[in-house]
Amino acid sequence: MLIIDTELCIGCGACESNCPFGAITVVDSWAVVGDGCTLCGTCVEVCDPGALKIEGAGKDAPLDLASWSGVWVYGEFRRGTLAPVSLELLGIGRKLADTRNVPLAAVLIGSETGEVASQLIAHGADTVYRIDDPALAHFTDEAYGAILTSLIRQHKPEIVLAGATAIGRSFIPGVATTLGAGLTADCTQLAIRDEDGALLQTRPAFGGNIMATIVCPNSRPQMSTVRPKVMKALVFDGERQGEIVEVKPTPEQLATRVRVIESVVSEQDNVNIQEADILVAGGRGLDNAQGFTLMRELADSLGGAVAATRAAVDAGWISYPHQVGQTGKTVAPKLYIACGISGAVQHVAGMQSAETIVAINRDKNASIFDVADFGLVGDLFEIVPKLLTQIEARRKS
Amino acid sequence: MGRELDAMKIIVCVKQVPDAKDVRLDPKTNTLAREGVQSIMNPYDQHAVEEAVRLKELLGGEVTVLSMGPPQAEEVLRQAISCGVDHAVLVSDRAFAGADTWATSYTLAKAVNVIGPFDLLLCGKQAIDGDTAQVGPGLAMRLQIPYVTCVQKVRQATDSGLILERMMDDGYDVLAVDFPALLTVVKDINEPRIPSLKGKMRAKKVEIRRLSAADIGADPACIGLPGSPTQVVKVFPPEARCKRAVFTGSLDEQIVQLVDSLQSYL
Ligand SMILES: Cc1cc2nc3c(=O)[nH]c(=O)nc-3n(C[C@H](O)[C@H](O)[C@H](O)COP(=O)(O)OP(=O)(O)OC[C@H]3O[C@@H](n4cnc5c(N)ncnc54)[C@H](O)[C@@H]3O)c2cc1C
Ligand SMILES: Nc1ncnc2c1ncn2[C@@H]1O[C@H](COP(=O)(O)O)[C@@H](O)[C@H]1O
Repeated sequence: MLIIDTELCIGCGACESNCPFGAITVVDSWAVVGDGCTLCGTCVEVCDPGALKIEGAGKDAPLDLASWSGVWVYGEFRRGTLAPVSLELLGIGRKLADTRNVPLAAVLIGSETGEVASQLIAHGADTVYRIDDPALAHFTDEAYGAILTSLIRQHKPEIVLAGATAIGRSFIPGVATTLGAGLTADCTQLAIRDEDGALLQTRPAFGGNIMATIVCPNSRPQMSTVRPKVMKALVFDGERQGEIVEVKPTPEQLATRVRVIESVVSEQDNVNIQEADILVAGGRGLDNAQGFTLMRELADSLGGAVAATRAAVDAGWISYPHQVGQTGKTVAPKLYIACGISGAVQHVAGMQSAETIVAINRDKNASIFDVADFGLVGDLFEIVPKLLTQIEARRKS
Repeated sequence: MGRELDAMKIIVCVKQVPDAKDVRLDPKTNTLAREGVQSIMNPYDQHAVEEAVRLKELLGGEVTVLSMGPPQAEEVLRQAISCGVDHAVLVSDRAFAGADTWATSYTLAKAVNVIGPFDLLLCGKQAIDGDTAQVGPGLAMRLQIPYVTCVQKVRQATDSGLILERMMDDGYDVLAVDFPALLTVVKDINEPRIPSLKGKMRAKKVEIRRLSAADIGADPACIGLPGSPTQVVKVFPPEARCKRAVFTGSLDEQIVQLVDSLQSYL
């Protein structure tokens, strides 16, 4: 419950104007909460007199929190390779584990995983639990979920991290629900709180307009999915020692009610725009599907991938997996070059955490320039070819 | 597992969310500006509603929409009715406030049990306020049914099950699943219809079933803020971008300056 202390409330309206849900109104000089309140806490933060308080938070702490120890990373393995985000997770996982003074383990599930377990050790893991079985050649939520759940129950790690990928965001929520564990989606920062060693999980909300820090005070493990590209992997160290523990899955764990008929790789171009360091994005300004040829040229020259707005996807110029934004993917590349994109909030929500944003638009008032670090006003069909020439020239010199 | 019901029963979970274009950060005060925040049906859920109505048109049966939220969430339920949904249920109680995805999936599962047996449960991929994509899978686990996330296409539907395409990071998987099951859908799956006049008339009149925490037999320790394992401890504005450079001169000169600025990425 949000409690308003009418003695302290001065009716300043800070809570009213900051409530993301429009759930507070100042009536007769003090604040009144409406039904829309989600207890997000924004108002408590902005209330200078300290008149607002959220009460009733948290179940009684279970007594055995201390029996959960160690940091785990899910090593995402598909089609013979490890998802790059898994190494990034080992990077942050190592830091968290060292701060907590506990070991770091990785869980590797799949078939024909080859040298990947040693690779995980070389990138920071002390232990790798390897579950390698032909029945796990295809990802299924049920089998992967059952295996991870049972390992967690057995070893009781305090923290479990997975990539915020299609796979991680699909089966990890199932695991967390079964375990009764708190799960924070799509984190961009992780740290340990000094006082009690709790995991501070920070993530963007409302399309990146606010950041929220979340803790799981009374449940274990503390689980997060983490956005690709925000954490740093450790350099490969072949000397690093670690233990590989083979785990045999039980027939019950392998039984799944969803059958994989076929697994199709998109040949067209790199559709996993979340893993790209550089994205060249095109919008309605490209005029037609042909316009994306230009985007691909620029992307190829920079070693990046091609992204798009919903307008371009809806027009059929490029496929949906390339869409960035609220109803597409959220990306955080090092460089995002927006060409012929107006900068609608729904699009910006998906790309504003890019390190550097370049905008090319012929309308100088386009709102994309509000989020861009570098902007060029002009015709993209003139600018992009010139840009390509310049880049090539720079490379040669 | 075969079907046990006489007619196909589909339940769609929809959430009312603030419209993104209204939720903006005030650049001066760095706080959320909220003049006239409009509420809309979560965009992904519109696709879930559409898919449910299409399956009903194909296989017969009926569709129920379910939402957990404040009384004004009735609006999105009526919107779903206007698009061809048959029944609407709102689980609403002050005690649900502050629910995270764990408590939400608990509450929705309890409500589904009150609604009765079903073949298919549909959710959006994620809600655009929190972007978590956790409620769908959580709900399926609680109901002990299989789930498929990010469905981009229903290839085949019979009254015993579905063949689906599920979007992956590197392409898509083709999957088969029998009823009962839960799907979460992405935007590519369909184009939601415009409400018909008849639908709008029905939406105005239709009675929306209200369920409270007591009606669904919810354990107070599992709902709302007290039932949520995750707790928000701090909310703050994102770091402002600071590079912002203005180029000068002719377009050609500006392009050179841009390439200079991007040197580290080349
Ligand atoms: C519920 C909902 C969800 C949405 N989700 C998303 C989402 O996930 N992702 C998304 O992108 N959008 C989303 N949208 C749509 C969004 O609101 C915008 O409509 C869309 O992003 C606009 O795309 P655009 O910038 O390509 O097109 P426009 O807004 O039409 O902009 C085109 C721009 O190109 C410029 N231009 C034209 N020709 C040239 C040229 N030759 N050279 C240079 N510049 C040129 C124009 O000046 C203009 O600024 C959503 C909308 C809703 C309602
Ligand atoms: N309060 C709610 N009421 C009904 N459905 C919900 C609610 N919250 C989430 N959902 C459903 O779960 C999906 C995923 O939401 P989320 O996990 O919050 O991103 C949504 O698209 C809805 O279908």
